[in-house]
Amino acid sequence: MIVLENVGKQYDMGAIKVLALDGVSLEIGAGEMLAVLGPSGSGKSTLMNLLGCLDTPSSGSYRLDGELVSEMNRTQLAAVRNRKIGFVFQNFNLLGYATAQENVELPLIYARTPTVERRRRAIEMLELVGLGDRVKHRPAELSGGQRQRVAMARALANDPDIILADEPTGNLDSKSGEEIVALFENLHKRGKTLIVVTHDKNVAGHCKRVITLLDGRIDTDIRKGDSNRAAR
Amino acid sequence: MIAYFFQLIGQFVQDMRRQKLRTFFTVFGITWGTVAVILLLGFGQGLEKEVMKGMRGMGSNIVIFGGRRTTKAFRGLGKGRWIGLREDDANLLRERIPYMDFISPENNRQVHLTRGRNKRMVNVAGIYPGYGPVRNLWPAAGGRFLNEPDSKMKRRVVFIGDELRDQLFGEGSDAVGKIILMNSIPFKVVGVMIEKTQNSAYMGRDRGSAFIPFSTYSEIFSGRIYVNRFICRAKRAVDTPRMRKEIYSVLGRKYKFDPTDEQALWMWDTTEGQQFFFYFFLGFQIFMGIGGLLTLLVGGIGVANIMYVVVRERRKEIGIKTALGATPNTILLQFMTETFFIVAIGAVSGFAISYGVVSIVQSPLFENIHEYVGKPEINPLVASCALITLGLVGFAAGWAPARRAASTDPVQALEF
Repeated sequence: MIVLENVGKQYDMGAIKVLALDGVSLEIGAGEMLAVLGPSGSGKSTLMNLLGCLDTPSSGSYRLDGELVSEMNRTQLAAVRNRKIGFVFQNFNLLGYATAQENVELPLIYARTPTVERRRRAIEMLELVGLGDRVKHRPAELSGGQRQRVAMARALANDPDIILADEPTGNLDSKSGEEIVALFENLHKRGKTLIVVTHDKNVAGHCKRVITLLDGRIDTDIRKGDSNRAAR
Repeated sequence: MIAYFFQLIGQFVQDMRRQKLRTFFTVFGITWGTVAVILLLGFGQGLEKEVMKGMRGMGSNIVIFGGRRTTKAFRGLGKGRWIGLREDDANLLRERIPYMDFISPENNRQVHLTRGRNKRMVNVAGIYPGYGPVRNLWPAAGGRFLNEPDSKMKRRVVFIGDELRDQLFGEGSDAVGKIILMNSIPFKVVGVMIEKTQNSAYMGRDRGSAFIPFSTYSEIFSGRIYVNRFICRAKRAVDTPRMRKEIYSVLGRKYKFDPTDEQALWMWDTTEGQQFFFYFFLGFQIFMGIGGLLTLLVGGIGVANIMYVVVRERRKEIGIKTALGATPNTILLQFMTETFFIVAIGAVSGFAISYGVVSIVQSPLFENIHEYVGKPEINPLVASCALITLGLVGFAAGWAPARRAASTDPVQALEF
């Protein structure tokens, strides 16, 4: 489903060229739950941005469901993000002036979902993450864990196949983090593909496949047996 | 789509609330520019109309001339001869000059007019009946101008100006059919001129004058063959230079003076003033328009400025929206819409203020001003000029900031 072939990403920082990714090849199947680990500067964020179609590689190819994403323009990329990918960020990235419901409606607006259906869907997603009673609250009126759950609801609004999470528990206390992890587990059971960039060992422990990046290359790619999860 | 539009409005209100003072000044800049364009052009047009109306008060395409002394020797005749024109020159010129539409001799003098106890020294002119329409002497309802039978039968009838009527008969009273005395000779009033604006004249304003048939005038007052002046009209305004030349050559042949001797006749081409004022007001309007446009432009720069600020402050939001699937065009549209909102609010208030000012100045309260600067007006041309300019300003002011917003790199925008 996700196929990266020899993907490189180079940033021009004035005179210096920084090679953030150096020939990464990676296949991620549908329904996988995958953690990306690595020290800072190892290329995690860059890989995340490429997988999320927020950026395009400097070299190599990226196919998503057979579509050659690496050759798309900004408008096409926007459509792919909207339809296929849900983002969960470390700092939530909610619109401060909008209510929880309005935040969740955003991706639906860009998908041109009719108003009534959009409202219904947004509320349904908020109920799914356990915030059915916080629909009209603005982010400032919500706790960190609640905000991240709003972000989860937003990521799920267009029913994307892939959920990309970048340090989803990084700004949360352990209890809220647990709730988010539980939600991820839930989504995994529903067959979503989950890709989580994290430092959090606990989060990584829930994933059946762990990729470690080092200096822009894949250092290790470990698949754990189901036994791991059973042991927990 | 409608919901999306409402969302845009909500977003806009949010943004502007965060920047109250700056938004106010920006909107004010556009308002001020709109008011400047509309009022400057509106007042300019009012003034032009007033002046042109006055110019035309004497009639259009009119050339007035009379005899004078020659300054060039011609065919053995010395210079300094007096050229005296006669009534039959009218027919001669009319026949010879194709550009000439109408010609009438005109003699005038100051005469005592008496009606009851009211007595006035008044300018009385003897003219042909066709003179009325040419010089814009229109009779008020119930009366008429002098006609051919009056002329042929040398009737003692008179057409009087509205001001003269007020003086002799009392303001607004009916004069038609009544008798007035001219140097003790009774004349019947056949018509009173309707009110008109006239800002150029050669023997007093028409409002205070009296007109009688040329034949009657000759018999009673002049007793001589010479004519003070002729009034003629060209078919078109552009014909007057050629017509003037022809008058010199036709009369030069008859009275034996050099047709290039411009001093042999005095001549006043009223269209020259009209042309002057036409170009004067064209320049005036262009000047006013540019002044207004520059003001509007400055307002537009203010809008562009605030939009840049808005785009910068909402960089993060743009990043989020882009990540969630907003296309560059969606972002572009959002910021263009917001720009047009600002411009539209400024424009609407600008139009409202202009309309208010114009209505107030148009009201009878400012009647004494109308005489000098006319009534300002917002005509469709001025309004559409302002609208088109506002649209362009909005587009120009919004385009660059909106483009910047649309080209925001989501990766970088989300890092902050």
